[in-house]
Amino acid sequence: MDIMDHYLYTKEHEWINIEDNIGTMGITDYAQSALGDITYVELPQQDQEVEQFEQFVSVESVKAASDIFCPMSGRIIEVNDKLEETPALINKDCYGKGWIAKIEIKDLDETSNLMSAEDYRSYLESLDH
Amino acid sequence: MLAVMGLKSIDDLFVDIKPKYRPKSFDLPPGKSEHEVLRHLTELSLKNNVHLTPFIGGGYYDHYVPAAVGMLISRGEFYTAYTPYQPECAQGTLQALFEFQSHMCALTGMEVSNASLYDGGTALYEAMMMAIRMTGRHKIIMDGGVSPIYRKILKTYTHHLHYQFEETPVVHGQSSREEIQKRLDKNTAVVILQNPNFFGAIDDFTDIVEKAHAVGALVIVSVYPISLGVLKTPGEMGVDIVTGEGQSLGLPLNFGGPYLGFMCTKKQYIRKMPGRIVGQTVDSKGRRCFVNTLQAREQHIRREKATSNICTNVSLCALQAAIFMSMIGQGGLKEMAQLNLDKAEYAKQCLEKIKGLQVKRSSPTFNEFTVCLSKDASEVAGRMIEKGFAAGFPLGCYYKGMEKYLLVAVTEKRTKEEIDGYAKALAEVLA
Amino acid sequence: MELIFEKSVKGRRGFRFGNSDVPTHAQVPSKYARKDEAPLPEVSELDVVRHYTHLSQRNFSIDTHFYPLGSCTMKYNPKFTETVARLAGFADLHPLLPQLATGEKLTQGALQVLYELEQWMCEMTGFSAFTLQPLAGAHGELTGIMLMAAYHKAKGNAKKKYVIIPDSAHGTNPASAAVAGYETISIPSNKNGGMDVEALKSVVNDEVAGLMMTVPSTYGVFEPNIDEIAELIHSIDGIMYYDGANLNAVLGRCRPGDLGFDVMHINTHKTFTTPHGGGGPGSGPVGVNAKLEKFLPISRVIKKSDGAYALNYEYPDSIGYIASFYGNFALLVRAYAYMLMLGKEGLQETADHAVLNANYITAKLKGPYKLCFDRLCMHESVFSAGLQAQRGVHAIDIAKFLIDQQIHPPTVYFPISVSEAIMIEPTETESKQTMDHFVQKMIEADELSKTNPLVFKEFPKTMPISRPDEVKAARDVKTSFFLPDAT
Repeated sequence: MDIMDHYLYTKEHEWINIEDNIGTMGITDYAQSALGDITYVELPQQDQEVEQFEQFVSVESVKAASDIFCPMSGRIIEVNDKLEETPALINKDCYGKGWIAKIEIKDLDETSNLMSAEDYRSYLESLDH
Repeated sequence: MLAVMGLKSIDDLFVDIKPKYRPKSFDLPPGKSEHEVLRHLTELSLKNNVHLTPFIGGGYYDHYVPAAVGMLISRGEFYTAYTPYQPECAQGTLQALFEFQSHMCALTGMEVSNASLYDGGTALYEAMMMAIRMTGRHKIIMDGGVSPIYRKILKTYTHHLHYQFEETPVVHGQSSREEIQKRLDKNTAVVILQNPNFFGAIDDFTDIVEKAHAVGALVIVSVYPISLGVLKTPGEMGVDIVTGEGQSLGLPLNFGGPYLGFMCTKKQYIRKMPGRIVGQTVDSKGRRCFVNTLQAREQHIRREKATSNICTNVSLCALQAAIFMSMIGQGGLKEMAQLNLDKAEYAKQCLEKIKGLQVKRSSPTFNEFTVCLSKDASEVAGRMIEKGFAAGFPLGCYYKGMEKYLLVAVTEKRTKEEIDGYAKALAEVLA
Repeated sequence: MELIFEKSVKGRRGFRFGNSDVPTHAQVPSKYARKDEAPLPEVSELDVVRHYTHLSQRNFSIDTHFYPLGSCTMKYNPKFTETVARLAGFADLHPLLPQLATGEKLTQGALQVLYELEQWMCEMTGFSAFTLQPLAGAHGELTGIMLMAAYHKAKGNAKKKYVIIPDSAHGTNPASAAVAGYETISIPSNKNGGMDVEALKSVVNDEVAGLMMTVPSTYGVFEPNIDEIAELIHSIDGIMYYDGANLNAVLGRCRPGDLGFDVMHINTHKTFTTPHGGGGPGSGPVGVNAKLEKFLPISRVIKKSDGAYALNYEYPDSIGYIASFYGNFALLVRAYAYMLMLGKEGLQETADHAVLNANYITAKLKGPYKLCFDRLCMHESVFSAGLQAQRGVHAIDIAKFLIDQQIHPPTVYFPISVSEAIMIEPTETESKQTMDHFVQKMIEADELSKTNPLVFKEFPKTMPISRPDEVKAARDVKTSFFLPDAT
């Protein structure tokens, strides 16, 4: 399972990469692999306000539908509309071209509720048992 | 076989059902032979009167069904199969449902259709819920011309859910633009209309659609499929969701069911649509084939978050409709619709000559129209039964103040002789 | 195979309605008229007959194949019930007739069928009243939950907001509860496939509106602690809902009403063998005890003192209309005919043989396949292809192998709580020979998984198609002939 070193993670397998007060987010390699071939992404609205851990996106594969929760509170400033046509980007490059949305972060202190790459790695190991 | 499990008696198989759980009673008659059952049910069927000449509709019509339709759906390969969970051994059902969806798109002028819902009333409910989910709004504008039966169903399902229902009156037979416009606002999820409406009037809703879209509301229209042989399609009007009762597409009246609910919408909304959907794809060798698709919307995957709790569709009824539409084809549908129009017009002309009867002509109609009588319509309908006619549906049953109004349907099956006889009988009753 | 639309030839006709015999010709005003004719196919009657006959031959069905689809009760549909449903006195009857002032007397036979069917269902289930209106099992569930909601509203139980549902339940259970406005709580099963009563106790409080249970469960297990569970739920004035999907296993052996349930639905296409129709129409009558009776939907069929049958709408506490009319009548009349023929002994025997057959297959397969709960089962049993999966052969691969053997596969991957689930329900109408053949093929599949697991990916080989690309279907949506193909 790929894990990006400087990103932060949730227990629901979302990642966020923070640069200044802008966070780019998506789902992790573990999540995309568990879901299988993704067929559809229901994207959030531009300018939508979201709370930390609020459901804001859903992702569908042939046999499953999963809710995606926002890692941090803020306002959606950009969505990856390429996913509308090519949801497979999440399968191919979940940390890169398969990003889902960017938010303007409201409260950087919320990062204390997230896991570092190292913590997420041990979290995944604990799930395997 | 019991020995394989090491048991002595059938009762041993039921040890988990403790004595305290045994039935307090199971007092049923003994079985009968096939012959006895058939005789009994034939007798019961003869206690129903199916010999009245029908001028009754109300959303359910006496249309001709070509013989081939009944023969083909009686094939055990169709009717004793189940939901196509294994596409390799269910291509028959899957392709037929794909064709049904295509037929419905052809009929309604919409881009996509599902593989059917229970019936016209529950389909309208599902469409309303879809519109509420899509807009996130809770106000519903319901036209008074929508079938009163459907409106009652919608109320049952939603009265505990705190939606705001606003009913608009019918003026001169048609939907009131003014009343709808007055109520349209940023909280409006959907405007629900019907064409032809319950009184038989036809309409073009293009203007209402534009006004609804201007405030971000959606429009649902419930349609009568046969009328679409000649009427402007909901697709042409820009309607968002189309539903209807498909009984007229080759299904017997069956005392109320099974019928055929259908739903069509725009392609961009397909993932919000409830019910089964069949899609085209290719197999491992690149051959075209059909599968249930977009199943992530459905209850077996989403459970409490599904778009609806619906599990089955009404496959066999959809198949029946698909065969019917293939049989009559492009030319036949137009011919059928035109015959309905012509015969209804002839009936209007005959009825207009009767003293004590007024045909409501304020708006054009398809094959059903409203007449105002000098007497109580329910009483008149009762007298007409004695004369061998199901004269129509007395509107007082569902509309207060319309006790003298009768809804009359004339399909392609009614002959000139029957219509003349009907007019004569009605004249006698009203005299 | 071509679509019927691809067989269309300009101007060809399959059917003519004949010339008009009236002197009038009406024209729709152009504002209201459609621009182009509806592009339905233009084909001959023979084209249609061949097309749909060929399509039918691309189906497995009960009439042609063994169909042990667990949880769906694919038993034989006797042909005389088809004859009954097509009697003109039933098939041609207009549903609005009894709503005319004197119209009831035009439909006495149909109303008698409905009335007596309700009586039979009450006696079979131990309930005091039934509505036959729900148009499918899931529709019955929704109706039942709405009755539950009406009860709590009438009692002023304002706090009620949760419905408890075991994890083995059909997906329709949580979906129906949610549609009716409730939140759901999922309860795990214990190691015997029964309900984890301790887990249940931990979530039961006065916010719980009721519990939905399938008995026997979808694991094919009869819950031994029903009385304790019912007592617990009733202690907080909750409603016990019986999902009758599996009623066929216990007919004559116990009755939901006696077990402490307050409301149930019946799937007539399962227990009472109305045809499955390729996925509906269904029919889902709902039974209730005295507690809930006044809330039942209208209309209701009554028998008057003079012996005549009538529709009654005068129930002020009723939840109202849940369907347009009186239910899927053509299916109800089939179910009625089936019950009449079987009678008391026959109905009991259906359950006996369904359970016997399921246990026979279970005993024969429990070596090669992992049995989820090693005990006697009811009408069906759940295996796991876990052992085979370790060899790279999954439940779906075994299903595709069976298709090549001309057997419809069992239900796979349900219940979702069992990995690699294979759920087998032979039904009472299958012979020992048919079941032995199935067992032999299942054992062959297991053997083959040891010797040549890779070959499974090629199955099925004998069908017109194999392993459709479902991902493509969901990504490149093409659901109508008229939509362009994805590029």
